[in-house]
Amino acid sequence: MSVAEPKASGRGIIAVTLVIALWLSVIPLPDWARWARPEWVAMVLIYWVIALPHRIGIGVSFFTGLALDLVEGAPLGENALALGVVAYLALILYQRMRMYTAWQQAAIVFVLIGLNQLLCHWVQTLITKVVPTMLFLLPTLVSALLWPTVMPLLRKMRRHFLVT
Amino acid sequence: MSTGGSSATQHQRVRCVFYGCRGSAIKPLFQKGPSIGSRMLLLCVFAFALILGHMQSPWLRGIESNLSVLATPFYWLADLPYRAKDWGGHTLRDWRSLLDENEKLREQTLILEARVEKMASLSAENTRLRQLLNSSAHLDDSVLIAELVGVSADPLRHVVVINKGRDAGVYVGQAVIDARGLVGQVIEVSVYYSRVMLITDSTHAVPVQVNRNGVRAIAEGSGLIDELQLTHLAATMDVKEGDLLVTSGLGGHFPVGYPVAVVTKVDRQPNAFMKVTARPAAQLDQTRHLLLIFREKGALPTPELEMPAAPEIAP
Repeated sequence: MSVAEPKASGRGIIAVTLVIALWLSVIPLPDWARWARPEWVAMVLIYWVIALPHRIGIGVSFFTGLALDLVEGAPLGENALALGVVAYLALILYQRMRMYTAWQQAAIVFVLIGLNQLLCHWVQTLITKVVPTMLFLLPTLVSALLWPTVMPLLRKMRRHFLVT
Repeated sequence: MSTGGSSATQHQRVRCVFYGCRGSAIKPLFQKGPSIGSRMLLLCVFAFALILGHMQSPWLRGIESNLSVLATPFYWLADLPYRAKDWGGHTLRDWRSLLDENEKLREQTLILEARVEKMASLSAENTRLRQLLNSSAHLDDSVLIAELVGVSADPLRHVVVINKGRDAGVYVGQAVIDARGLVGQVIEVSVYYSRVMLITDSTHAVPVQVNRNGVRAIAEGSGLIDELQLTHLAATMDVKEGDLLVTSGLGGHFPVGYPVAVVTKVDRQPNAFMKVTARPAAQLDQTRHLLLIFREKGALPTPELEMPAAPEIAP
């Protein structure tokens, strides 16, 4: 009797979480919160890379980034590049991150999303004139602070639907 | 377990170690990713090709704006909470408040109608005077009402999404106004939606003139939603706080005479350009209903020499 090879399951769940993240990243926010919108897509991608590094990696992140570009109306390639780089780093770091507590992970998420923001900002300055303000880094902090709530939520979902 | 099966598992495990497990029973602890680096390189190349393409070729930008149709369901979804609130607001309202609102609207209509009456006679007079000066009048443009369905997620981009697209005849470069003044221009059109860049975007500029004396200037977006800047105004120019700036129509992009902004601060420096800031007349962060202005193609606001017949003014 050979060991039944478990099929890669839960593709739908992963897609649904990504779509929800995309939706959250365009949902209108009140004025005071506009600068603080968390980087939902980056957070969800980081989670899936840590949880399933053999399935979710640079390629998925790249195409999710393209989708985010389309939805946000950003020049095609901006978020694709940034999220690809984030996924690359998460792939390198995932063994370490699995050992960490949620808050320790949040520190790494802070760095990764900060890098994401910097890359996006860099591409924007390449293409257009950009207002000199550092507020574009605010989502980094917000995302990191939200990580200890978002991560267990996604983990609960992954375990519930047996995504492997 | 049969021996054949176990050897197959053994084989699997060995493969696992070497190639990284794809869908295998054993979760790899040390996953060697020989191709991560090269994949990363490939990604960078692709992404840069796309970004460079966006900067250089209008062809790729055309494809982008066609692809943005795929994002349509997201705007619809993102707009859902507002529409639910709107629907709730309409259905769960008592009739007294509706009556009150109705009354208020009726009064408002009366006042506006009175103003339009006056406007009719004034515009007729304006046409006659313009005929004396041998120039044609551009008073009535046809408009299309559009509703705002999305705001750019990035606060650095002052771009909104409206629910009218190519099927309604919207075109790139079309001017967009609201009830109070100029809002911006269409920068991207897909089938059912288009994107509008607001006049406050840091890459936007609009030719204006001071309504009081016709001093011309260029109002540039500052990147802040409530501020425009007039650049390259000599320190001797006659601009005062409270001056109304209207579109001058120079450049042929925007129709003439729509209010753009009100001057809020004039900072005169000796031997230099003035620093003039203005507040947009339109309610850029509040309006939900916008008007798209249609004009005949290529209608530059140059004075025409032939005299047009006096147009009839609709009551």
